[in-house]
Amino acid sequence: MELIDQHTKKIMENCKARAREAGLKFEDETLEYIVTNREMTRLSPKTFVPTLYDYWVNDVEVLHGEGEYKLYPNNPYESVINSRPAISFYNDNNPDWMNAAIFYHVLAHIDFFQNNRLFKKTWNDDFVGQALADKRLIAKLRGEKGRWVDYTIEFSRGIDNILGFYRELAEEEFPEEKALSEKLDFYFNSFLQGELKLLPHEFLKELERFNSIPDESLRESLFFSEVQTKHPEFAERFKKNLDKKKEKSKDLLEFLILNSPKLKKEENKWMIPIMHVVRNTGLYFAPQIRTKILNEGWASYWHDKLFRQDGLLNTHETDYAIFNSKATTMPRMGLNPYAIGKALFEYVEDLAEKGKMSLDFQRVQIIDARKYYDQKTGKGQEAIFKLRESFSDFTVINTFVDQDFVDTNHLLILGQRFNPQKGVVEVYVKSKKAKDYKSMLLESLYHPPDIKIDSEKTDDSLIYLSHQFEGKPLVKDYIANTMLGIEYLWGGKVQLETTELIEKEESFPPHFFAGIPADEDEPEWQRVRYTMENRKISREVL
Amino acid sequence: MMMKLNLNCNTNPWMIIKKNNEEVPRKEIIRDVFSGLPDIYSINDFEIFYQYFPSSAVSLSSLDELLERDIQRENDGFPRKIKIGPLVKPTPGKGTKVIVVPATTEEKFYHDPRIMKKQTGEGGSGSEEEGEVIGEIPIRGENAGTGAGQGGGEGHDMTSNAYEIGKILTEKFLLPNLKEKGKKRSLTKFKYDLTDRNEKTGQVLDKRETLKKIIETNIILGRVSKNSPINSRDLLIDRNDMIYQILSRERDFESEAVVFFLRDYSGSMSGMPTEIVVQQHLLIYSWLLYQYQNRVETRFILHDDEAKEVPDFYTYYNSQIAGGTLVSSAYHLVNEIVQKENLARNYNIYIFHGTDGDDWMTDDEYEKISKETEGILSYTNRFGITIISHGEETSLETSIKKTGLLEKNPSLIRLDSFSEEEATDDRIIEGIKKLIS
Repeated sequence: MELIDQHTKKIMENCKARAREAGLKFEDETLEYIVTNREMTRLSPKTFVPTLYDYWVNDVEVLHGEGEYKLYPNNPYESVINSRPAISFYNDNNPDWMNAAIFYHVLAHIDFFQNNRLFKKTWNDDFVGQALADKRLIAKLRGEKGRWVDYTIEFSRGIDNILGFYRELAEEEFPEEKALSEKLDFYFNSFLQGELKLLPHEFLKELERFNSIPDESLRESLFFSEVQTKHPEFAERFKKNLDKKKEKSKDLLEFLILNSPKLKKEENKWMIPIMHVVRNTGLYFAPQIRTKILNEGWASYWHDKLFRQDGLLNTHETDYAIFNSKATTMPRMGLNPYAIGKALFEYVEDLAEKGKMSLDFQRVQIIDARKYYDQKTGKGQEAIFKLRESFSDFTVINTFVDQDFVDTNHLLILGQRFNPQKGVVEVYVKSKKAKDYKSMLLESLYHPPDIKIDSEKTDDSLIYLSHQFEGKPLVKDYIANTMLGIEYLWGGKVQLETTELIEKEESFPPHFFAGIPADEDEPEWQRVRYTMENRKISREVL
Repeated sequence: MMMKLNLNCNTNPWMIIKKNNEEVPRKEIIRDVFSGLPDIYSINDFEIFYQYFPSSAVSLSSLDELLERDIQRENDGFPRKIKIGPLVKPTPGKGTKVIVVPATTEEKFYHDPRIMKKQTGEGGSGSEEEGEVIGEIPIRGENAGTGAGQGGGEGHDMTSNAYEIGKILTEKFLLPNLKEKGKKRSLTKFKYDLTDRNEKTGQVLDKRETLKKIIETNIILGRVSKNSPINSRDLLIDRNDMIYQILSRERDFESEAVVFFLRDYSGSMSGMPTEIVVQQHLLIYSWLLYQYQNRVETRFILHDDEAKEVPDFYTYYNSQIAGGTLVSSAYHLVNEIVQKENLARNYNIYIFHGTDGDDWMTDDEYEKISKETEGILSYTNRFGITIISHGEETSLETSIKKTGLLEKNPSLIRLDSFSEEEATDDRIIEGIKKLIS
C-alpha cells in the first residue's frame, strides 16, 4: 500500500477543480492509496478501514476471500472511506484515463458523505484515527482478558444491526431540552394510549387542551391539576413507572450497556468500552447501507457527466464506453444500484428542469401534453443537489418511482414458471406496473428487524424482547446463537417474542419441481416465544 | 521532502522488537537491524501515515490458530463457528480447481428473505410486454451443479488442497487414523528428475530461486530497503547466488489405494441430497489422500437404473437427474471393474456409495444386491453406504439389513442414514466417522 505518485495526484487535483466548478462540495484534503488486489481482499472484511479493530471473523473472511481470489481473480476498481481526510484506494494497474473517470466517481462519493444529512453525525469525524484508538484499546484489553474480549465483540456484534440509528439522528435534531418532561411523556405516550386506550380524536382533544393553556411556565402544573381530578389513579401509576424505569436507551445494545446487571459488577466493567466500540462502529456504517443506491447513483451520474467533458477522454472513447456501461447498465435480470440510482437522479433532474414537480403538471391529463410538458425552469441541477442532501434510498424510491420512471427506463418485473413440455423454467414479464416495481425495490432494501425491549415485562432477572412483525419472519437458524450472546451480555434469562410461519404439509416433496416456487398460498402466521436460559433455548407457541 | 542523514548510533538492535506496541515478525526485525534505526531526519510524512496501516500479515491468524480457537469455544460452553469447506470451480476438460477455505456466519436477527421473494418477483429491464417470455433456464441436463465438490484425478492444485483438508479432518475433527493400511505392498520405482538444487553450477538455471537469493544477499548488504522500489541496476550479483537445478534420483511411488465413489443420480436426488453426497465424498477422498500420503486413485461411478463409469470428478459432480434407481447395477459394475483389472491383488480398495435409498424393488433386486454386496466384501477394505433419507427407513436400508452382512462384517461394511434436514456439516463429518472408524 502506497500513496499515488505525483503524476496521478496531479490528475486528481485537476479532477477536483472541475468537480468544484460543477458544484460538488468537499474538503480539500484527500488521501489516495494504491493497493494490490491481495491487499484489497485483506481490507474488504474490515469494510476498507485499515485501522478497524482486529477480530477473528475478519481473518476467516480474509482467508476465504483469498481462496476465492485464487479461483476467480478480479480487479476491484476503487473504494472510498468516509473519514477526515477522505481516503480512497485504487488498483495498482489502472491507466490514466481510467483513474480520472474513477476520481470523479470518488469525488462524488466524498461529496455525498460530506453533505447528505444521514451522515450528519460523521461530518466531523476522523474515523480512521478513531478506529485506530479503538483498535489499540481492544488490543490492550485482549492482552489482559484474552479470548473473553473476542466473545464480548462477537456477542455485541450479534445485535449491532438493530441499532437506533434514526433515534440517534433525531436526538441531534431535537436535543434533550426540547423533549417532553417525563411526566408528560408518560401521560401522553403510555398512560393515555397504552392504559386508557383513547381513540385518536379523544387523544387529540386532550393534546389540544394542553396546548391551549397560554402561560408556558405554568402550563404543565395547570394541566395536571385537572388530570388529578379526572384520573386520580394517574399519580400512583406514574410513580410506579418511575420505580421500574430503566435508563433511557435507543437500542438493545445501549440498553445492555446502561442496564445489564452483569455489567454493573466491578469485575465485568471492562466489557463496556468494547460494546461502545462495536456500537459506534455499527452506527458509523449505518448511513452508508441506507444510501447505497443514492450514493452509487450520485457518483455514477457525476463520473459520467464530468469525464465526458474531460480531455483525457480523447482517443479513449470506446474504452470509456465499455467501462461506463459495465457499471451503469440495467441488467436484463436483476438489480444494479449504480444504474437505478443514476436513472433516478437523471429522472428527477428532468422533472425539475421541465417544471413537472408542480401541481400544474399534475392537473394535465392528456398523455401527449404530459409528454411534451416543458416549462424550461433551469432548476434541474438545484433539484438533484437537494435530493443528495435530504434523501435516503427509501425516501427517494418511495417518492419518485412512478409509472413514467418505470416506462422511460424500460423496467420490468420478472417471474418464473415451469414449462413441462420443454422441461425448462421460463422467465417471463410478470408486470410493468410502477406499483409492483416500487414494492420490489423497497423489498430489496436493507431493513433490519424492529426489535424492542418490552419494559413492562423486563426486570433484573429477565430481559423481554418483542419483534414488531412486518410481514417477514426472522431467520430461524440464527435466533439461538444471537440470544445466547444477549444472555451472555445480560447475565440472565432472555425471552424473544416473534412471529413465524405455520408449517404446512406440502403435497409434493420439495424436489419434485426442482427450483420452481410452489403455489402462492397465503401464508399463515403465529406468535411464538423463545426463551434462552442457562445457554439452552426453548420455544413455545403463544 | 525527504532527507536522509544516516547518523547511525550503536543502539541495541533488539530494542525494536516492539514497534508501535505491535509484534514485528522476526524477518522484519532482521531487516531493521541491517538497515539501521531511523533517526529524526529519516522519518517523513509517508512513514508516519503508513503507521496507520499496520501490515495485515502481523495481525492475521492462520487457519490452525483459528481452528484452535474454535475448539476452545466448546470448552467455554459456546457452539463452534468455523466451517472448513472447499470452493470449487469446475472447468470441463481442465480438471476442477478446488481451494479449501474456512467460513463462518455472524448470527444476528435478520429478516428471512426467502419468504417474500415469491410474491414480488425479480427486477429486470427490456421492452417486452407483460406475459412475454424473455428467457429459459434448463433444469435437466449436465450443467446444473452448484456448491461444493472436488476435482478429478488431475490438477495439482486440487490434490495438494485435498491433502490439506484430509490433514485438518484427521487432526482437528479427530477422525481416526487407519489402524492398518492393508497388507498390499507398495512398489517403489525410481526416476530421474531436475529436482535438486545446487549453487554455482548445474544443468538448468533456476531463475526464480536465483532472484530470491540475489535479493536476500542485497538485503543483507543494505542495498534494498522496504519503502523504496528495487532498482535492478543497483543490485550486486554474485556467482554464489546462482542456483541451478540438477538431475537427481527420486523415488516414484505407486498408488496404494483405489477408491470407488458411487453416486445415485436418479430424479429424486436432485438438489440437497446430491450436494450432501458430493460434499461427503470429497471429504472422504481428502481423508484417504492424507492417510495414504497422496497415493490414492479414484474411480467415479454414477447410477440410476443402470450404472456407468465417468472419467472425472467434474462429470461425477455435475451430472444430474436421470431415471429411476437400481442400486445393484452400480455394485455389479464395481465388481466387474475390480475383476477385469485385477485390482484386488495390488490395491487397498475402498467403496463409498451415496443415495437417497429409494431403490426400486423389482423381483430380483434383493437377490442381486445381496449377491453383489457379498462379492464386494470379498476384497474391499471398507464399503460405506450413506443414505440421505426423506424420513422413514428406505428400501435399500431394508435390503441391506436383511442380508445380515452388517452384523457379520462390521469391519468391512457400514451404513449410515440421516435425513436432509439433519445434514449439517457436523452431521456429515459424524457420518464419515461412522463409515470409516
